[in-house]
Amino acid sequence: MKSYEYFEATADIGFKAYGKDLNEAFENASMAMFNIITDTCDVEPKTEISFEIASEDYVSLLYDYLEELLFHHEVDFMLFSEFNVKIDENLNLKATIKGEGINWDKHERKTEIKAITFHKMEVVQTDGVKLRAIVDL
Amino acid sequence: MTIKDEIKKVRDNVYEIPGTYNKKMRASGRFYIADEYFDDLEEGAIEQIINIACLPGVQRYSIGLPDIHFGYGFPIGGVAAFSMRNGIVSPGGVGFDINCGVRLIKSNLTMDDIEGHIDELSEKLFKNIPSGVGSKGKIRLEEGEIDNVLDNGAEWAVENGYGWPEDLEVLEENGKMVDADSSIVSDKAKKRGIPQLGSLGSGNHFLEIQEVEEIFNEEVAEVFGLKKGMIVVMVHSGSRGCGHQVCSDYLRIMDKAYKKYKIQLDDRQLACAPLDSKEAQNYIQAMAAAANYAWANRQMMTHWIRETFEDVLGKSAKDMEMDIVYDVAHNIVKMENHKVYNREEDLLVHRKGATRAFGPGREEVPEKYRAVGQPVLIPGTMGTASYVLHGTEKAMEETFGSTAHGAGRILSRSKAKKDYDADEITKDLESKGIKIKATSKHVIEEEAPWAYKDVDSVVRVSDSTGIAKLVAKLKPIAVCKG
Repeated sequence: MKSYEYFEATADIGFKAYGKDLNEAFENASMAMFNIITDTCDVEPKTEISFEIASEDYVSLLYDYLEELLFHHEVDFMLFSEFNVKIDENLNLKATIKGEGINWDKHERKTEIKAITFHKMEVVQTDGVKLRAIVDL
Repeated sequence: MTIKDEIKKVRDNVYEIPGTYNKKMRASGRFYIADEYFDDLEEGAIEQIINIACLPGVQRYSIGLPDIHFGYGFPIGGVAAFSMRNGIVSPGGVGFDINCGVRLIKSNLTMDDIEGHIDELSEKLFKNIPSGVGSKGKIRLEEGEIDNVLDNGAEWAVENGYGWPEDLEVLEENGKMVDADSSIVSDKAKKRGIPQLGSLGSGNHFLEIQEVEEIFNEEVAEVFGLKKGMIVVMVHSGSRGCGHQVCSDYLRIMDKAYKKYKIQLDDRQLACAPLDSKEAQNYIQAMAAAANYAWANRQMMTHWIRETFEDVLGKSAKDMEMDIVYDVAHNIVKMENHKVYNREEDLLVHRKGATRAFGPGREEVPEKYRAVGQPVLIPGTMGTASYVLHGTEKAMEETFGSTAHGAGRILSRSKAKKDYDADEITKDLESKGIKIKATSKHVIEEEAPWAYKDVDSVVRVSDSTGIAKLVAKLKPIAVCKG
């Protein structure tokens, strides 16, 4: 099974991410997101960042998580290629993400993501987990 | 029956969805769209116009402009005004890129003056003005200085040596919304804003050297200081990560607020709050702060554009008369006074992908333009013309003083990437005498001119319906893309 795939949205781009559980689906969503910005194959997992977030429902948790990734990308000026996510039953998420500082001589420069949208955002938990998100470019 | 069967033609290029279309509508819907594009109009965008016509306190019409397309919650290319007494404010009605806008700088140069220097000018502009994904501004703000940027906008920039004091007179809001309150802006938004101040951004944002190719209205062009053959510079940019974060923060806050205040919504992305609520007031102040960031940002870029021209052409920017013509916001919410059924009312006007087009006499319009109406700047896409129009009385009567903002995308980015090749686009543009500099081939493909609606048609509809009148056509010479 694919870990993620993209779909078209007129001005922007959407992705679906899959996993056997929430953790894996969120990790795959992270890969989908960073492969919009660059080619993650060239991003070495040299530096580690950890964070925790909590939200009121699964869709909001996905939104908040992707926002947090974007925040670290912009503010720490980094690209990420490894993601470890642990979500508990109380909607608390712990993440450890690994990557390195942006170097546009080495990393492919693709597209800037402005923001995460709630548009058609979905977290479906039946026979594995399926996530859907659209990002604003 | 589809929705389109319910839409009535009002006059050429103007359509109406009657307020009786469904029971929840509190106003009618209006579209200003080319008759020949009517069949292509997305049903999703029509539904969004209807959804907005259902919101509390909405006034007269929920409006779709000639470049309308489907957006998140609110369409892009839309205007909606709400009563200050029982209305709402919605971050979705402004969009992620708060005060994304356009600035036009004139000069006394002609093609003869720059002909041998175009390569050098575009190389140096590209170098001096950071752009593209993951780009940082060139400056380092002192601790806490971001608050001054957010509170004072372009005024902060001028005080810190970016540009001339008289620049402020020709910016919408003079480049500073007084409602701004930096203390309401989240640390996250500030942290995203600090490193990116003084950068162009990416996607459809651009910096372009242009030539005034055609004048449609000599009298107004003279008032705006434009004449045929003049070299001008256009900047299209916004509030960067700072504004995106303010929008995201308040989408989350409003998502809780609309439930708390029991507002019925057909789409979660219309999340909003009553104007007298704390959530609404905070959003308005934070939005104003992000708008100020964008004005400071465009002001800094103006300074570097002037420096680059000075460096390459060996004359001072003052000698080259590189004055700002105007600077417009096209994603913003503002309190304005408008006539509603012959009564003057204070309204909260949301413009998302819409340009203010105030007509003659309005005090918000700089004094030197007041007799003819404000300059309206409508950027084209990469390789296509841009336009200057002026605001009209008709826009005041019908669209809360608003008109279109640009071309509007019709092809998805991935489709554009599949269909077009960066090298071919570059060659094609060069054959037309247009130089292009971009941070990546991706952006050239994604922004292929054919991925957008024809800007000429968008402008023609604005002009023919009277919600802005044509003044000048600007032809691209060199484009810098993020």
